[in-house]
Amino acid sequence: MILLWLIVVLLAGGFFAWLAARRNPLLCRWISLAAISLDFVLVLGLGVRNFKASGIQVSVTGTNNWFEQVDWSWIPQFGIHFHLAMDGLSLLLVLLTMFLGIASVLASWTEITTGVGFFHFNVLWILAGITGVFLALDLFLFYFAWELMLIPMYFLIAIWGHERRIYAAVKFFLFTQLSGLLMLIAILALYFAHYRGTGVYTFEYADLLHTTLDPHTAIWIMLGFFIAFAVKLPMVPFHTWLADAHTQAPTAGSIILAGLLLKTGAYGLIRFVVPLFPGAAREFAPIAMTLAVVGILYGAILAFGQTDLKRLVAYTSISHLGFVLLGVFAANALALQGALMTMICHGISTGALFIVVGAMQQRMHTRQLDAMGGLWATIPRMSGAALFFALASLGLPGLGDFIGEFLVLVGTYQVNVAMAAVAAVGVLAATFYALRFVQRAFQGPNSHQWQLPDLVVREGLLLGVMMALLLWLGLYPQPVFRLFAQAVDQFPAIWR
Amino acid sequence: MLGLLWLIPAIPFASALALAVLRVPKKLVAWTATGATAVSAVVSLLVTISFLSAPPAANAYTQVLWTWFDVGGLRPEIAFYLDPISLIMTLVVAFVGFLIHLYSTEFMIDDEGYSRFFAYMNLFFASMLTLLLANNLLLLYLGWEGVGLCSYLLIGFWYRDPANGRAGRKAFIVTRIGDTALVIGLFLLFHDLGTLRIQELMQRATEHWPVGSSAAIAAALLLLGGAVGKSAQLPLQTWLPDAMAGPTPVSALLHAATMVTAGVYLIARMHVFYSLAPLAQSAVAVIGAATLLIAGFSALTQWDLKRVLAYSTMSQIGYMFLALGVGAWPAAIFHFMTHAFFKALLFLAAGIVINALHDEHNIFQMGGLRTRLPFAFWTFVIAGCSLAGLPLITAGAFSKDWIIWGALSAANGSPEFWIVALVGVLLTSLYTFRMIFVVFFGEAHSEVTNRPGYPMLIPCFVLAFLSIVGGYLKTPFGRFVETALPWTEGARVLPITELVSEGIAALVFLLGLYLAYIFFLRKRSYATALASNPASDALHRFWFSDWGMDWLYDRLFVQPLVWFARIDKGDFIDGFYTGVTRLNEFAWRVLRRTETGRLRWYAAGIAAGSIVFIAVVLFL
Amino acid sequence: MRRDLIFILMSVEIMLNGAGVAFVAAGSRWGQPDGQIMFLFILAMAASEVAVGLALVLRLYHQHHNLDADAFSDMRG
Repeated sequence: MILLWLIVVLLAGGFFAWLAARRNPLLCRWISLAAISLDFVLVLGLGVRNFKASGIQVSVTGTNNWFEQVDWSWIPQFGIHFHLAMDGLSLLLVLLTMFLGIASVLASWTEITTGVGFFHFNVLWILAGITGVFLALDLFLFYFAWELMLIPMYFLIAIWGHERRIYAAVKFFLFTQLSGLLMLIAILALYFAHYRGTGVYTFEYADLLHTTLDPHTAIWIMLGFFIAFAVKLPMVPFHTWLADAHTQAPTAGSIILAGLLLKTGAYGLIRFVVPLFPGAAREFAPIAMTLAVVGILYGAILAFGQTDLKRLVAYTSISHLGFVLLGVFAANALALQGALMTMICHGISTGALFIVVGAMQQRMHTRQLDAMGGLWATIPRMSGAALFFALASLGLPGLGDFIGEFLVLVGTYQVNVAMAAVAAVGVLAATFYALRFVQRAFQGPNSHQWQLPDLVVREGLLLGVMMALLLWLGLYPQPVFRLFAQAVDQFPAIWR
Repeated sequence: MLGLLWLIPAIPFASALALAVLRVPKKLVAWTATGATAVSAVVSLLVTISFLSAPPAANAYTQVLWTWFDVGGLRPEIAFYLDPISLIMTLVVAFVGFLIHLYSTEFMIDDEGYSRFFAYMNLFFASMLTLLLANNLLLLYLGWEGVGLCSYLLIGFWYRDPANGRAGRKAFIVTRIGDTALVIGLFLLFHDLGTLRIQELMQRATEHWPVGSSAAIAAALLLLGGAVGKSAQLPLQTWLPDAMAGPTPVSALLHAATMVTAGVYLIARMHVFYSLAPLAQSAVAVIGAATLLIAGFSALTQWDLKRVLAYSTMSQIGYMFLALGVGAWPAAIFHFMTHAFFKALLFLAAGIVINALHDEHNIFQMGGLRTRLPFAFWTFVIAGCSLAGLPLITAGAFSKDWIIWGALSAANGSPEFWIVALVGVLLTSLYTFRMIFVVFFGEAHSEVTNRPGYPMLIPCFVLAFLSIVGGYLKTPFGRFVETALPWTEGARVLPITELVSEGIAALVFLLGLYLAYIFFLRKRSYATALASNPASDALHRFWFSDWGMDWLYDRLFVQPLVWFARIDKGDFIDGFYTGVTRLNEFAWRVLRRTETGRLRWYAAGIAAGSIVFIAVVLFL
Repeated sequence: MRRDLIFILMSVEIMLNGAGVAFVAAGSRWGQPDGQIMFLFILAMAASEVAVGLALVLRLYHQHHNLDADAFSDMRG
């Protein structure tokens, strides 16, 4: 039941926040914060309780070994259940969701001044959708949650975004909706194939895992799923929506986009694409890995060439998520753990970068790097924070991102030496954009005479927590790996 | 007492964290930072005493703090490993680091980023010690990248000048190229040998890899790639001269005594791999020899005092690489030790000079400082003689002669290497005395404004003392290191003895001194005559620009990358999607013509349509 | 001339009448009463249609002061 409460609290919280904004926008913010924090505490509790139990073999093959489950019959004529379930993987992702949700509400505390109620309503409903995506085990419900993420995000970008917000919002919407449509067709194809094989109509994940498909159909259905997740991930060449969406979205939107929405793509690959279609995935792996490596390098080069601060940070996501894609298809416990770790750490570090960049934009009313320079003198704390997260982004050992990227590369090396080597060059390429970002914005002479207020307590505390988290994950990541181990250990077995 | 090992890197790290996060008053900053390094130095001394008096089993001690992570068979720990090599290097780094911190408390006193400086310096100190004490390659890599990061931060410390930032970036990126090779080496090692713990690696390598196997060669070469980047050897040496943009204590600590020797440490640490891969070991020697010559020639032409010292460092590390490559392992570490002393001293003394002349870097604008800055003069001369190799009374001579002898006599040695090493002595002597004569003799071109105080004088004094007596430790040193790092003896019959080799080296040293005397003290006209000759001028410019390598790399790598990034700013793949949109718009524009809003048109349309429809139904 | 709404309505009337005559003639040719019934039907429908049509035309004229059929193209795409 607690899983259902997680989602309901967010939905209801959004609704009440919207109502409260009529009276007092501040009340609205506090309600949203309270709702997400309540959920965060609940998930943390779940995590602590079940951490003791981890180490038991579980989950991906979908037997009874989920931490928590909610399973009701919803529309039995079509075999649709309302089935939510949580294991180590979804636990950490939901925890990340709540954490970044809190971060985005805090980051928009002073940034959003109009339509505050509707804004928080959208934010909370997106979070509810994301939580649903991470918890749903019934494919119909999964699709439902997938779509639920989209519309509020569209509004977020279109109403509170920056100059080209309509363009960015529509582009985001079209890309994701079209790919979602492909996924719907694939889901239905799987549904009918299962019926043809067993005579049972069901959308249940556990049942569909055992569908027998002839390899030819399997590839097509897999591609349907894959493209939806690849667009979300984003994978080159479906990545072009990302830069505009991230750049034009308000800070909260960027944090949720970069920190969470991209992870839903990766999650989908891990939870659905590979377990449901192991043979097809194995065949497709070389292509996926090549595209991942291309993404790593191309994303880094694109980031290097940008003059818009937010766009630079946006392109870095393509590069990092390339590592995740590489790790998933390398079919290797090392690489997969690395991919999962990268997901978590990227969420935190890129979320933090967007907070910093958003704070900078709020103060300077510009995102152009050419208009900046020498900011360290006037906003030393913010510059220090930006430096820290830029270093995390380039994979400095001692911070979490390094562990993830290193494990992905070590795992990939076991499977394909050349790809690992080229991807390692991608880590080098990250240095280019990270240092360019720091150099252009914070160093050099303060030729534009900026005099800006530094971080306030709210921002400073939030960033401080994120820094501490990254350091912790960089030096003592074992608890996270233990939680993931459940989802990972079965994974390569599927491929054989 | 050995259990205190972990404090050596931990205390400076804590200090760095405190300085970075808290707002500490300026007075306290100096005490905190220098105090942290002092504590580290004292603890390392205690550990050394404990190690020497009661050596642990197998002459090695491991201290495990916690398991970093445990995934898929990869189980690195945060653990420290103490054996003769790491002990000596830790001791040297800790003490020299402490002295330089002390020096910086006065040198940087007027700077507004005082606490930032010391935060970075302490972080560097902690990372370097982590690197030296790491028991597995992943932790070593953490320290490795940490020192690279601090190098970037400290070179670009005076951030208001974009040139400093560029120099810092260049350093970070070029060393990171080497780091990429190193990291691929780590993948290979884990894949083939299943572990990243250094001692286990070397053991398993000897078991599984035959001598000369391709895996061993690949691993050794990849590690060499990393070492070459960090130690500024060919072909990744272009960052070091520009790194002189940082404050002088930074140049002294990082780019002379400690960080740049990390590569030497790595190769010495993993010496088993090089023994298993003779090809790679020869590569080490060749790189060392080539760099020492190239850097020597370049040092002859520089007019910036610090740049001469930078090229000198490059050259001396070339000697260390040469020693590693020929199999004279202890000689390399010994030279590291003496080099740390005299090169740090050279930089610190140069710092006194630069500071006194109100930030003048050009040696030709100096002059006649012998009488006006006597302390700097004497320390500089002591260090310079140690660098050039004044026999018997300077430490540098002992270590360099050891290397020269090893170039001939050790396992991989050959007469060619020996001759190259001697040519290097000539060059070293030449550029060192060029520096000394031009800066301290002759007529004065600048005014002395600041005089150094005790925090700057004491470290110089201590280092000068060490530069003289350090050499006498050669025999006990050799015996101490023997267990961890044996000297591999060559099997050839040699035409000369060690003493003869030392004598020849001494003669070459004197030749260099004499030539420098003639050109730069006696008859400056010779030097100017050479400069006006077009051929030698071209040569001069070629050597000045680091043999054109900067220009080459810029043309080959940097320009194309920047060009591509600039033209693809809008992401050409997006063009495909924009194309789809345009197609859509085109179709819309065409079909729009049918929506005229006019009654007659619609009526005609209905009529025509119904005729077509009826025809279709009737005839199909 | 052809574009004037009144003329269009008149033309429609004439067409309807013509169709009605055709029906009556056909009914007479084949001796069936359906033709004349059809004509009555057409008559009734034409009358109501004219009533509505004229009302609309009056409305349109009131708004645009113009009876050109092509002028009412606000629905153009």
